[in-house]
Amino acid sequence: MANQSTDPKLSEIETVKLRLSELLLGTSLDWSEFRSQTRVICPAAELLKCLKAFKAVGFDQLTDLTAVDLLEYGNVNDRFEVVYCLLNVDSGLRLIAKTYLNEPDLTIPSATSVWFGADWPEREVYDMFGILFAGHPNFKRLLLPDEFQSFPLRKDYPVKGRGERHNFPVITRAES
Amino acid sequence: MATQINKQLGDNIFLTKLDAAASWARANSLWPMPFATACCGIELMSTAASKHDLSRFGSEVMRFSPRQCDLMIVAGRVVMKMLPVLQRIWLQMPEPKWCISMGACACTGGVFDTYAVVQGVDRFMPVDVYVPGCPPRPEQLIRSIIDLQEKIQSGGTINAREFKLRILPEGPARFDEDELVRIRERNGFKLEDQKYDPVH
Repeated sequence: MANQSTDPKLSEIETVKLRLSELLLGTSLDWSEFRSQTRVICPAAELLKCLKAFKAVGFDQLTDLTAVDLLEYGNVNDRFEVVYCLLNVDSGLRLIAKTYLNEPDLTIPSATSVWFGADWPEREVYDMFGILFAGHPNFKRLLLPDEFQSFPLRKDYPVKGRGERHNFPVITRAES
Repeated sequence: MATQINKQLGDNIFLTKLDAAASWARANSLWPMPFATACCGIELMSTAASKHDLSRFGSEVMRFSPRQCDLMIVAGRVVMKMLPVLQRIWLQMPEPKWCISMGACACTGGVFDTYAVVQGVDRFMPVDVYVPGCPPRPEQLIRSIIDLQEKIQSGGTINAREFKLRILPEGPARFDEDELVRIRERNGFKLEDQKYDPVH
């Protein structure tokens, strides 16, 4: 293991933290580090402000946007976690931004106004978890059929489904 | 009578029924519709390619228009979104037509026992020959085509009236029992409750 204080990336993340604390005065960001990956947890109410600030400090690419269902996961009290994986293309610096969501209000602002690449990932997250993104330009299911009722990646959804895969007309040989 | 004619004319005349003649022609010129959605499709291509050469059995003319086909080969898993497409292509194929369900996924869903994968295409459309395997080898597919040819020749009729008898769904029941129990328990219904419709 290299000495972490000599790692140039670390000093860079410290400057990013400083700049963010200036940009986001009054917003409590929860920073943590795991195996030299930096994570920050943003409050859901001020998410869009935080994301804009992240872009302003140089994270110009949204590499991935996904969600986690934390139902029955350890001693976590929140239900959903939306994860934004950010990349500064110039410096190679990465940041994982997270926010927590709870039922019944599963609406968060869409990140498409900040990074337009969030278009399809947000639709997929809605498709699989039922999290609503306000302000998305074309908000509908991405992968599953439009008439699908459930959100299959939620932990309380059975892996075999609720009979959706059996809900089709049967064609017999005589009528085809 | 027939022996008298045979004696007089030798091999110049061949007496048969019109049904048998039509079935013989149909069996030896099957035109497959390759509905290849997964790895079974690769084996299907291999079957048609030069090493295994499906054309030896008269069914090499793969057509990508259902209007020109009379054999549907479902090769690979079919998901919820694909099943209406499969059914539509099947309905677009002209009579007489047959269906081969190739591989474990097309027959039963295979290892993909999930919410989105149809657990066997035979639940929703008629299937004549099932090919086991994951994926089946080209020899198995060739065997299934030979079996289908035997089936066509043994019961085929010129106006395809044998199909009119198949008025019942031929696949497994719509719900297997443990699935029904599971759905009812989750919704707070007991198994004795007959009024609840599990579909929707």
